[in-house]
Amino acid sequence: MNIDNIKKEFPIFDEKIQNNDLVYLDSANSSQKPKVVIDRINEFYTKQFSNVGRSIHYLAVAATNLYENTRSSVQKYINAKDKNEIVFTKGATEALNLVANTLGQKYLDEGDEILLTELEHHSNYVPWHYLRKSKNIKINFAEINDQGEIPIENIEKMITPKTKVIAVNHLSNVTGAILPIKEITELAHSKGIIVVVDGCQGAPHLKIDVQDLDCDFYAISCHKMYGPTGLGILYGKKKWLEELPPYQGGGGMIKEVKKDRITYGDLPNKYEAGTMATAQVIAFDQSIKFLENIGIENIIKHEKELIEYGQEVLRKNNSVKIIGNPKNKGGVLSFTIEGVHPHDIATILDEDGVAIRAGHHCCQILHDKLEIPASARASVGVYNTKEDFDQLNESINKCKKIFDLK
Amino acid sequence: MNLKELYQEIILEHGKNPRNLGKTNNFNKDAKGNNPLCGDNVHVYLKLNDQRKVEDISFEGSGCAISMASASIMTDLIKGKSDNEAKEIIEDFLGMIKENPALKSNILKEDDKTKLMCLSGVKQYPMRVKCATLSWHTLVSAMENNGKEISTEE
Repeated sequence: MNIDNIKKEFPIFDEKIQNNDLVYLDSANSSQKPKVVIDRINEFYTKQFSNVGRSIHYLAVAATNLYENTRSSVQKYINAKDKNEIVFTKGATEALNLVANTLGQKYLDEGDEILLTELEHHSNYVPWHYLRKSKNIKINFAEINDQGEIPIENIEKMITPKTKVIAVNHLSNVTGAILPIKEITELAHSKGIIVVVDGCQGAPHLKIDVQDLDCDFYAISCHKMYGPTGLGILYGKKKWLEELPPYQGGGGMIKEVKKDRITYGDLPNKYEAGTMATAQVIAFDQSIKFLENIGIENIIKHEKELIEYGQEVLRKNNSVKIIGNPKNKGGVLSFTIEGVHPHDIATILDEDGVAIRAGHHCCQILHDKLEIPASARASVGVYNTKEDFDQLNESINKCKKIFDLK
Repeated sequence: MNLKELYQEIILEHGKNPRNLGKTNNFNKDAKGNNPLCGDNVHVYLKLNDQRKVEDISFEGSGCAISMASASIMTDLIKGKSDNEAKEIIEDFLGMIKENPALKSNILKEDDKTKLMCLSGVKQYPMRVKCATLSWHTLVSAMENNGKEISTEE
């Protein structure tokens, strides 16, 4: 498959956005959707719709099979050992809340410590913060270095005998740093520490092999992975998912309900209470096929070339300051322009059809550390081209002109 | 949409060199405001004297050109007004940003009204309206002195 033709598979790029061609550089926020995924949702609702796992009529059985089929595809895609290690959630946020909540209920005691990093997205901090109050848990942060990376040493020196969980992102949504998950897991497991990975930026852009990474949990956001919104995935090692208590109660997650006692269903039903995002799950199978057809190695190569080109272009542009310079970097390029607030940058770029994100990108801890209130961020997906960065640069020059910068 | 209307000369100038920036020493009322979505924050300080007149007003904060210019112009225009006049100006400004095509109040002089109307460009940018109004809502909170922190997300 030719990477140049991939853009054609995304109908949004046929649209004019305020009379401009769309230059979409906001995939770290959410990716655009290929036609196969959009069509699958339509087809399911049009021809095949039923709820799953409840009724025994034809449509219900067929829908259940399709739903479970995606679970198997995800299992294969991330190389999980067991299909039942894949739990569908409403998003990566819910996946991380599930882990923090259930570990808090069953595994963590007063005074235990959780180690995060300064690069964490709020969704991998706030759920743990709840345990500060409810369980008197202490939260520590491994520091970034000057390049915006988290070297393994910075994790190691924050580990204490009380550290029970290390929760880290796989790929930073601000600096683009790729964290050494395998090394972190080796180190953590040698000390009996659980590793939880926020894989929101990792799963769409890196090769994911959860057995090789050996992490205990891995959270995925499907809408950042060319899939529908309202859907996330939690991978958890079977021993943990079996041992930990359910997260939400409701239909579908029980075995037996009596007036005086309730027993819970087996995996993965135990964690999938209520009617799930059925159409999204079924359509997500197409997202995985889409990624498999291109091949993750090709995606990695393409995005690496793009971001290297983007850095090269922006480095030549004086007044642009790129945030972080990690050796191992994914497709995220955050920057500031001296004298122009990121929101003004975003508004001016938008006028040219260039969609970026401005703000703290749900990483206030990191922005505080960098002593900036906000930054602008360009992030890539499979459909981006070098020309997108040329246009970004041109629009940045327009900003500079408006703000009278040299 | 028109960037020239949004980033008028006067906005860029006030954004770059905001008036009344800093914490005035003799304030007796203040309030904080923030926009959690973008991290913008503002702290408005004012001295309301015994004659219910705004004797001094200033602000601290960081934000985009629109929010800094809006706070700067606001403090400039509110200084020296009675609390009732200030309230009328605030209401008039917020009404103009929200729906009215022009300012209605006659308290401000024509050239001051022109300054304020420079902020009307945000009406075409719904995501930026909050940038222009945050300091004004914060001023209301300070005047009412209820100590309530203003958030754009409530």
